[in-house]
Amino acid sequence: MTQSRREALVAYLFISPWLFGLLLFLIGPILLSFYFSLTKYNLAQAPQWLGLANYERMLTDPFVGIALRVTGTYTLLAVPLGTIASLLIALLLNQKVAGIRVFRTIFYMPSLISGVAVAIVFSWLFSHRLGIINFILSRLGIQGPNWLGDPNVVLWTLVLMSLWGAGSGAVIFLAALQGVPQSLYEAAELDGAGAFRKFWHITIPLISPVIMFSVITGVIGTFQTFTISYLMTGGGPGYATLFYLLYLYRNAFNWFEMGYASALAWVLFVIILFFTLILLRTSSLWVYYESAGRER
Amino acid sequence: MAATTQSQPRPIYQTRHSLQRTARDTVGIVLVYALLIGFSVLFILPLLWTVSSSVKPIGSGMKFPPEFFPSQIVLDNYPQVFRMIPFARYFANSAFVSTLAVAGELLSASLVAFAFARLRFPGRNMLFLVLLSTMMLPGVVTMIPQFVIWRVLGLTNTYAPLTAGAFFGPAFSVFLLRQFFLTINLELDEAAKVDGANEFRIYWQIILPLAKPALATIGIFSFMGSWNDFMGPLIYLSDTDLYTLALGVNYLRSFRGGGELSYQMAAATMFVVPCIVLYFIAQRYIIQGIVTTGLKG
Repeated sequence: MTQSRREALVAYLFISPWLFGLLLFLIGPILLSFYFSLTKYNLAQAPQWLGLANYERMLTDPFVGIALRVTGTYTLLAVPLGTIASLLIALLLNQKVAGIRVFRTIFYMPSLISGVAVAIVFSWLFSHRLGIINFILSRLGIQGPNWLGDPNVVLWTLVLMSLWGAGSGAVIFLAALQGVPQSLYEAAELDGAGAFRKFWHITIPLISPVIMFSVITGVIGTFQTFTISYLMTGGGPGYATLFYLLYLYRNAFNWFEMGYASALAWVLFVIILFFTLILLRTSSLWVYYESAGRER
Repeated sequence: MAATTQSQPRPIYQTRHSLQRTARDTVGIVLVYALLIGFSVLFILPLLWTVSSSVKPIGSGMKFPPEFFPSQIVLDNYPQVFRMIPFARYFANSAFVSTLAVAGELLSASLVAFAFARLRFPGRNMLFLVLLSTMMLPGVVTMIPQFVIWRVLGLTNTYAPLTAGAFFGPAFSVFLLRQFFLTINLELDEAAKVDGANEFRIYWQIILPLAKPALATIGIFSFMGSWNDFMGPLIYLSDTDLYTLALGVNYLRSFRGGGELSYQMAAATMFVVPCIVLYFIAQRYIIQGIVTTGLKG
């Protein structure tokens, strides 16, 4: 056996866990999911063929529209605001002042806490009459809203809560900021560029691949919001926080509509894929790649 | 160079310019600190409130006006949580699941990443593209079929569905580790080969020890993901003895008296402590790991 053939064999051995995982946990289930979506399946009996009926049903199911609107609105608010917040925090943390490491830890701490603990803690903090947030606001002469009980406010409340975790994105932006060569700033200063121009014409273009990455993972994540709505609002008040994944979960695991839930999953899958591809396709318009000049 | 500038008398306009500059810098520094401190307070207050509420007397949650500091410190809330739910058991369950997930992810992801970063094989670039694109796939589409498969295998209500995935090279960790492995000088491998080391020894004795910061970073993220996971246990575990802490802390609310602010905050505090402790232990590595893996693609 030649040296290179041996190396290739060894390499395939090394990547075999991932290859098996790809088949067992991804490709197999994706195909199975598509099959289920064409059937009526309640776990107890074998799947019954329905054709496209589940997808037709989605068109007339009013909750699908509600869930899409709730999830879409939340994504549209939480992703841009979260990205901006993370970037601003990263810019602050990139300042060379004493004690910056302490601040870095403080901003990152909330990111260590997620799901259940956040839901429980913020349910109390945002309590309409007894919560400390509205109490502080009232001391400042502001009448606080019914954060979790007002259908017009509750999505904003959840967006505000999501910003509490902006520190995790900030750490990634911070790493990107520190990768921008200092010489570029110095050259711009010689040309008389001010702080804002340096930020807009050097910082933003050079970290735009990281912004892109964070926006895409943000969109994928927020489209699949579940825990917070399941634990804090149960989809309410009314249907104001009926997130898509919550509705899908109820179909699958409360009502055992596995077929319909699979159709719901496939539609969300296609929607997320669509937005991801749009972001990737338009990236050449707003993302600066250092190597682009060489490749084209 | 500094000596020569000092020995020469400075022109007057330069001094004034530099004075203006220091004044502007001072204003800048004050502004930076004001923003840092202001935002820090916003970020840290919910955490402090959680801890302070965990030692408040019973009934504090229904008091108006709400207090930030406890009127009286009640440490008994903590043992009380252990009496209401089998907290120690849930803690152990979570520790077991998370440890297994971390071990599986570190081992499998580093093996796969090693091949992608340092070995040559046909189809490598194509397979790596496949790996990258799976990172973009939303998990929702595999949720139901995976559940059905585990159910057919009779493995729901076990920890298998919660940990198995970690042993098959989770894409994001493979990607990060590969980026890190690429930064290690290839000559190390060549030298080891001359000395007669095979690929596995190079992986185990040269690359892994050098990759500690990246491994620590991935280990922490994997631990937090597993420890905080709510939906997985919710779907797969129905036997309350098997609950992980994430389910248990929520379960507390359904008990008589479990609606108490103090008990909930005591449980929440104990739930987040392991993540915070681990973060502080590995903090040095995490920042280093994120910087060097770059996440730049």
